Amino acid sequence: MGIVSPGFRGRPRSKGVELPPGQYLVEDFPVLSAGPTPRVPLDRWEFSVTTESGETHRWSWAELLALPSERMTVDLHCVTRWSKLRTPWQGVSLDTLLAGVETAADFVMADSYGGYTTNLPLQDLRNGQAWIAYRYDGKDLSAEHGGPARLLVPHLYLWKSAKWVRGLRLLTQDEPGFWESAGYHDYGDPWREQRYQGD
Amino acid sequence: MNVAAGWRVARLVGVHDETATARTLVLDVPGWPGHLGGQHVDLQLTAEDGYQAQRSYSLAAPAKGDRIELTVQRVPDGEVSPYLTEVLTIGDPIEVRGPVGGWFVWRPADPAPVLLLAGGAGIVPLMAMVRARRAEASRTPFRLIYSLRTPGDLYYGEELRRPGPGDAGADATLLYTRTAPPGSPRPSRRLSTEDVERYGWPPDFEPTCYVCGPTGFVEAAADMLTKLGHDPRRVRTERFGPSGG
Ligand SMILES: Cc1cc2nc3c(=O)[nH]c(=O)nc-3n(C[C@H](O)[C@H](O)[C@H](O)COP(=O)(O)OP(=O)(O)OC[C@H]3O[C@@H](n4cnc5c(N)ncnc54)[C@H](O)[C@@H]3O)c2cc1C
Repeated sequence: MGIVSPGFRGRPRSKGVELPPGQYLVEDFPVLSAGPTPRVPLDRWEFSVTTESGETHRWSWAELLALPSERMTVDLHCVTRWSKLRTPWQGVSLDTLLAGVETAADFVMADSYGGYTTNLPLQDLRNGQAWIAYRYDGKDLSAEHGGPARLLVPHLYLWKSAKWVRGLRLLTQDEPGFWESAGYHDYGDPWREQRYQGD
Repeated sequence: MNVAAGWRVARLVGVHDETATARTLVLDVPGWPGHLGGQHVDLQLTAEDGYQAQRSYSLAAPAKGDRIELTVQRVPDGEVSPYLTEVLTIGDPIEVRGPVGGWFVWRPADPAPVLLLAGGAGIVPLMAMVRARRAEASRTPFRLIYSLRTPGDLYYGEELRRPGPGDAGADATLLYTRTAPPGSPRPSRRLSTEDVERYGWPPDFEPTCYVCGPTGFVEAAADMLTKLGHDPRRVRTERFGPSGG
């Protein structure tokens, strides 16, 4: 516990809700990104998975929508300290997209339209932990929240859920992405409060 | 950046009201390593019962030794900003971590011209860049467009209205969205693409653009820059303030 701040009481604690350390609850949906919001026309949109041997699997927008989708309700935790609980999404599980992909890679770099990147261990994208999400709260995902489609990996801080996702590169060696190169944690587990390098 | 040094105990050594609802805090942070314009700190408050709240605040000026400055806008019903602007008293301790951030920063060695677009409290990290330019005696061409509601909402008024010799080559334009001061040539209205074209740098100058403010402002201003032909890779944004929908 830190030093007590004289006269600080804080909000009445919401009972029964457990948040990761250092997080607070919001009801709205804040926006965070490092640059302008890219607008990607759907007829030019594609999502790809490229393996360590250079083999590329591609999906057009229509092909993505034709895949079996899931509806999931997940909690979001942003490194800027807000958490939003029980957010409803729809999208395609990475298990579905990775099913036909032969790989021995352990790491992934997610690439976005607009140039954003973020790195993750491949195993964090498997077993019902990650999706390419294209609907939020019953509506098409808006551009400011990452539409037409974003990666959604809710068990890690939200910067790992790359907005405007364009593809995954499977890597045998880990490389830092955009925020990871700027001092943020390589893995980003909110429950272990892995905000910055060295946490 | 490595902020693994963790939490440091800082002490409030000075305050200065910028407006009726915003206050600059001067903190003494023993061992502060220095920082770049645009970086922020995390603050942590602890209540008697152990409850903790953390928030991020931009560094408003270059460090003077162990002294750093933040400017906090009081958010009605906020958990932390009313405490910082109304309760925290000279001599009180507060935990600080940082500096944080390696993207929304201006490096004095970077020769590219700089275009700063501030909405409301978004002026804070951009002012830190203007002040860093002055402190470094840099000649990098700067232009600041500061969009604010009324003259009463102006932060750093003295400095912005009466730039000193160290600010030659750093031009500031104040644009009002609700009430312009008497005699203003431009009526009060929201920032427009024409404003950005007129008071900013042309895209072929290839400036690095920094946009900071509430989400709506940042979305709109960043779109205007790309529409005018600025390369999106040279547009850096930071959003704080009321969170968008
Ligand atoms: C990188 C970064 C840098 C920041 N730099 C600064 C800075 O230099 N100066 C500064 O004042 N703030 C800054 N902020 C915002 C700051 O971290 C807090 O979010 C803000 O002070 C509100 O905290 P609070 O506890 O008072 O309000 P909360 O209790 O968190 O929020 C109460 C309600 O107010 C809304 N709200 C939050 N912020 C605002 C706002 N600014 N205006 C209106 N409504 C709001 C929330 O959505 C919520 O509904 C920064 C944020 C980030 C992420």
